[in-house]
Amino acid sequence: MEINLGFLFISTIKIVVVLGYLYALLAVLGHASKWVQIGGLLAAFGIIQLIFSFQPEDAQIINDFDRGLLFQACTMTMVALGLNLIYGFNGQFSLGQWGFYGIGAYAAADITWRWTNNDARGLTGVAIGATLVAVAIFGVRRLIARYKGMPVMSAFTLYLIGTIVACALTMLIAGALDPALKPLFGTKDAPGIFASEWALQIVFFFAVLLAGIVAAEISFLFGLPVLTLGSDYFGIATLGFTIVINTLMVNSDTLLPFPEMKGGRGMIGIPKVTNWFWAFLFLLIVVIVMRNVLHSSTGRAILSVREDETAAKVMGINVADYKLLPFVIGSLFAGLGGGVYAHFIGFLSPGTFDFLVGFNPLIIIVFGGLGSMSGTIFASFGWMFFLEGLLRTILGQFGTEAPTWRFVLYPITLLLLMLLRPQGLLGSAEVGFLRAPKIAARTAASDNPAVTTPVK
Amino acid sequence: MRTFKIVVLLALVVMLLSACAAPTPTPAPKPTEAPKPTTAPAQPTAAPKPTDAPKPTEAPKPTVAPTKAAEPTKAPEPTKAAAPTSAPAAGGTLKIAILAPLSGPVPTFGVMTRDGALLAIEEWNAKGGVNGMKIQAVVEDSQCTPDPAVNAANKVIDQDKVKFIIGEVCSKASIPVSEIANAKKIIQISPTSTNTDVTVGKDGKAKDYIFRACFIDPFQGQVGAKFATENLKAKTAFIMLDQANDYVKGLAEEFEKAFVKSGGKVVGKENYTAKDTDFSAILAKVAAAKPDVIYLPDYYNIVNLAAKQAKEKGITAPFLGGDGWDSSDLDLKAADGGFFTNHYSPDSTAPEAVAFLKNFGAKYKDAKGNAAVPDALAALAYDATNLMLTAIKDAGSDDTTKVKPALEKISFQGVSGKITFDALHNPVKSATILQVKGGKVSFAAQVAP
Amino acid sequence: MQKANAAQQPSSNRRPGARLAWIGQGFLLLLAIMVVIILGRNLIDNPELFIQIIISGLQLGFVYALIALGYTMVYGIVKLINFAHGDVFMVGAFVSYYAVARFQLHVWPSAFFPDLDPLVTVTLGSLSVILLSMITCAALAITIERVAYKPLRDAPRIAALITAIGVSFFLEFFGALSFVFSPRFIPYQRPFDVVTWYIKDGIYLVEPGKAPPAGSITFSNILLIIAVASILVQVFLQFLVRKTKIGKAMRAVAFDKPTARLMGINVDAIITTTFAIGAAFAGLGGVLYAIAYSSIWSQLGILPGLKAFVAAVLGGIGSIPGAFIGALIMGQAESLTAGYISTPMRDAIAFTILILVLLVRPTGIFGEPEKEKA
Repeated sequence: MEINLGFLFISTIKIVVVLGYLYALLAVLGHASKWVQIGGLLAAFGIIQLIFSFQPEDAQIINDFDRGLLFQACTMTMVALGLNLIYGFNGQFSLGQWGFYGIGAYAAADITWRWTNNDARGLTGVAIGATLVAVAIFGVRRLIARYKGMPVMSAFTLYLIGTIVACALTMLIAGALDPALKPLFGTKDAPGIFASEWALQIVFFFAVLLAGIVAAEISFLFGLPVLTLGSDYFGIATLGFTIVINTLMVNSDTLLPFPEMKGGRGMIGIPKVTNWFWAFLFLLIVVIVMRNVLHSSTGRAILSVREDETAAKVMGINVADYKLLPFVIGSLFAGLGGGVYAHFIGFLSPGTFDFLVGFNPLIIIVFGGLGSMSGTIFASFGWMFFLEGLLRTILGQFGTEAPTWRFVLYPITLLLLMLLRPQGLLGSAEVGFLRAPKIAARTAASDNPAVTTPVK
Repeated sequence: MRTFKIVVLLALVVMLLSACAAPTPTPAPKPTEAPKPTTAPAQPTAAPKPTDAPKPTEAPKPTVAPTKAAEPTKAPEPTKAAAPTSAPAAGGTLKIAILAPLSGPVPTFGVMTRDGALLAIEEWNAKGGVNGMKIQAVVEDSQCTPDPAVNAANKVIDQDKVKFIIGEVCSKASIPVSEIANAKKIIQISPTSTNTDVTVGKDGKAKDYIFRACFIDPFQGQVGAKFATENLKAKTAFIMLDQANDYVKGLAEEFEKAFVKSGGKVVGKENYTAKDTDFSAILAKVAAAKPDVIYLPDYYNIVNLAAKQAKEKGITAPFLGGDGWDSSDLDLKAADGGFFTNHYSPDSTAPEAVAFLKNFGAKYKDAKGNAAVPDALAALAYDATNLMLTAIKDAGSDDTTKVKPALEKISFQGVSGKITFDALHNPVKSATILQVKGGKVSFAAQVAP
Repeated sequence: MQKANAAQQPSSNRRPGARLAWIGQGFLLLLAIMVVIILGRNLIDNPELFIQIIISGLQLGFVYALIALGYTMVYGIVKLINFAHGDVFMVGAFVSYYAVARFQLHVWPSAFFPDLDPLVTVTLGSLSVILLSMITCAALAITIERVAYKPLRDAPRIAALITAIGVSFFLEFFGALSFVFSPRFIPYQRPFDVVTWYIKDGIYLVEPGKAPPAGSITFSNILLIIAVASILVQVFLQFLVRKTKIGKAMRAVAFDKPTARLMGINVDAIITTTFAIGAAFAGLGGVLYAIAYSSIWSQLGILPGLKAFVAAVLGGIGSIPGAFIGALIMGQAESLTAGYISTPMRDAIAFTILILVLLVRPTGIFGEPEKEKA
């Protein structure tokens, strides 16, 4: 078997190019001039979009293999950024991120699946449900605010009752609305307005957003009691959450009323709507939202909880709330990532959301540097292009026995990297856009959160 | 800050427009872009319903499909999905990809599948290849998980320019691969994926380029039930099944139907998961129910665990299973007294089976240096590869649009029996009943359903 | 974190919300009543089946206890979740398999002393196999500790966790290579035979090929061996930690490493010893597990390892009796779920129990309130 050095070379170059692209994107976004920012953003999006649109058939610059890796890296970045917010910036050791990712994927997939099968109840149900649950949560929250110091289990029970009531209401409303919406899909011969391609694109956008919101609401309910646990106990409880969610996925057609999810056999027929535009857009939303949250007073409160809870409490920060908030936002990001992922792969199986695979985001954020958004972004892309791209290509050159070694080489690499750089690639440094904004002298230089050390 | 947000929003709107406007004027469609409902073909009657609009990931139907000729052919979009048609240069190499879970949760299935497929390729190469071309195997690890399987498939298709795929083992990995392969007109034969969704698309029709080599038909369940009632004179049965596994579920359901129909009674039905090692709670229920026969149509690893624990609990009812039992690693002592349906029997004199056993043992050695014994997965992978290569030879070309009809028409004598494909690209095979007794597996009965 | 909570609790009693604690308590009570009703109904319906299920839960629980000890000891001392522990357990099972099936180690006593009682020779042979597994596992654990954990002792805790995950992957997939353990599901050859008894108006032997009478309860010698081994190890560890010098040193290191070092304790040596002891008992657990379920493969350790870890957390990680009790609860929870609810749900139920227990007792059943982290 001859060894083709060209592929190896190209695979290595690809990693460098991808990382360079990300660096350039972050750098240009960090530029002072708004027009440079817009121009840079459009150029960054446009370059890849143009390649996708116009690359010749027989000499593809970005073939489907790279395209798949690119999209998977985008979703992985969203999930990992969420986890970094929870663990890296807030210090809560969570293994539940993968469960929220799964929830997002299944929720978004269910909406569009039903939509393509002329059933609007997925969209209306989840939209109304998410709104009502949000109303219920805020209502209960105001109620509880009157009784200061209510034990967390009691608060949880009240929230749970509120949520169940909201869900029951949703079922009624969505069922009642359905006959009104059904005709809009039209029939096979005369497709209605809902059956158009544009409608699907819009529904997809809302499906992903709703998936994120559903994940966030569930994370609120789950996080409320569990976040009172100490850090490692919290980690195990969230690991348990991932496993419970996985079990529910396996039994989604028997225990839960979702026959279209087909339980452990996997859900097919999800429209493959995700394209570069959507992936880039959602990734950008996540990055910008997270960066702005972190560099606000909220962000400083989140960081202070990581550094020293007692001190934060003394400074008047509501520690419980500032643990819950990043947890909810982080889960929201995971849900968004799940929604994008589901419409990229077009098939969901509980095996994807197994807890063993769920260690990947944790590995990525530690590897990129806890408390560094840039590190997480670089590490997600680098990890994906290394493990699934470079390692596959290298081993594919060495005959039929070599691919077995992929998961032997991967942990060795992991081990070496961890031993060489235990604080992660970037430590807690940030690049370009993600650096703390330079604000006029009003604020002192000392509250620059980007230079704090990662949690021990 | 506020202006910044507005600007970013503005930029997003501009980008949205640019992204959506791009596909309409350009003739080259982007693979990632949304399908266009306007690409409906000229003849108005053939307009596909809009929700079914031809997606760019869906290949245009080949006009050569003889059985599907009645269907309106969708307008052939000028997509990249057109099969890569390099002329079959005589003396060139033909690449065949083997996607197998070499890591992930079931590496043993992956290794066996790879070894079976590689043996077939080696034998063909020894005979001078196919159509004058040497066959080169490209092995990729697909981990029995959708994402790595998709990456592996994309890699072999786009980077290695492979047009024929053997794999994946697990249904949950085969399904996403089958969608990619079908869209790109790559022929895929999954040796062991039993989920109907592997070969059947969302519309209930067979995916054009996807086949499988394993049984999914209800046949084994029926044969098992018939054997239980007629030969074993069983009145009551207990069914153990893994709800998440289509193969197990399909067999168990068919068995139950046929068994009840012929007057038997199912006294219990219990679920387990593929990761379980402790079956004692279920077996306690089995012991309490005292069935005449226990139906456990899963792979040998589960059978080893469950049957052994049953023996130790003093459960004497025989176990009955399917072709998943067929393995050199089946614990013969534990499964002693059990019966299973299979496609061939080890003491059969069918030349294919004999040669396969001999050659497999000659090529692969186990850790002790003895000849390795293939299991059902190796046999099915061997058959799948032979099917693929025979079809390529029949077609006289490595053009997948020509190989596909050849596969549909094939009648092939494989290790696991004589194989033809039905309309849904599932193999039609025969079955025999084997018995585990006294430390060996032997022929017990031939049951016609 | 815990300190903050502790500070919060007394003050909250004076707040108006504290009066509403009954809501949460009522919710938990409701769950408890549901469980009691399900179990009680089944106990009355078919008491033999119920006891049989409890017995199978005991067997699982005792195996988990052996693995959980390693987790709890290592965590108590270096605050590291040693994910590779489950894979050390797997290696233990494989070592014994090779010793028995390949090298016939278990028959050496009968080969050398043919006139001894077979019971003695089998016991001796099996013990030597177990000993070999334990030593190999201890050696493996020491290697892992030296290579993967020790260099990271001063790094953030998470770095060591990631290397633990890496080591775990490595052992699983290196073991799956064809020249190591091979990826196959291998039927395990036991060094001795399984004997089963049934209880119905007395204890009788189950004869092979003959079903025990209806309504009897069966148990096997494996259950007894596992139970005895598990309890002995428990007693031994209690003795080691409470009464010996090395145990005292362990407790000192767990309490405060720098101070322990100043007191002249060789901290590194103590940590290594802890790893070795934990791994040795994981090796013992691996052999017994393989004997009990008699099918081994390279990913054998993942699930038992995880369950045992959960058991350790449930019992209060860092506490040795806690790990034992937690493991027994875990075994019962799994077995009863499999028996009365649905097997696929058993992981979910086990984890739900864990989360609920943690909510009521934030550091597990036997856990001490968490110290402020250094």
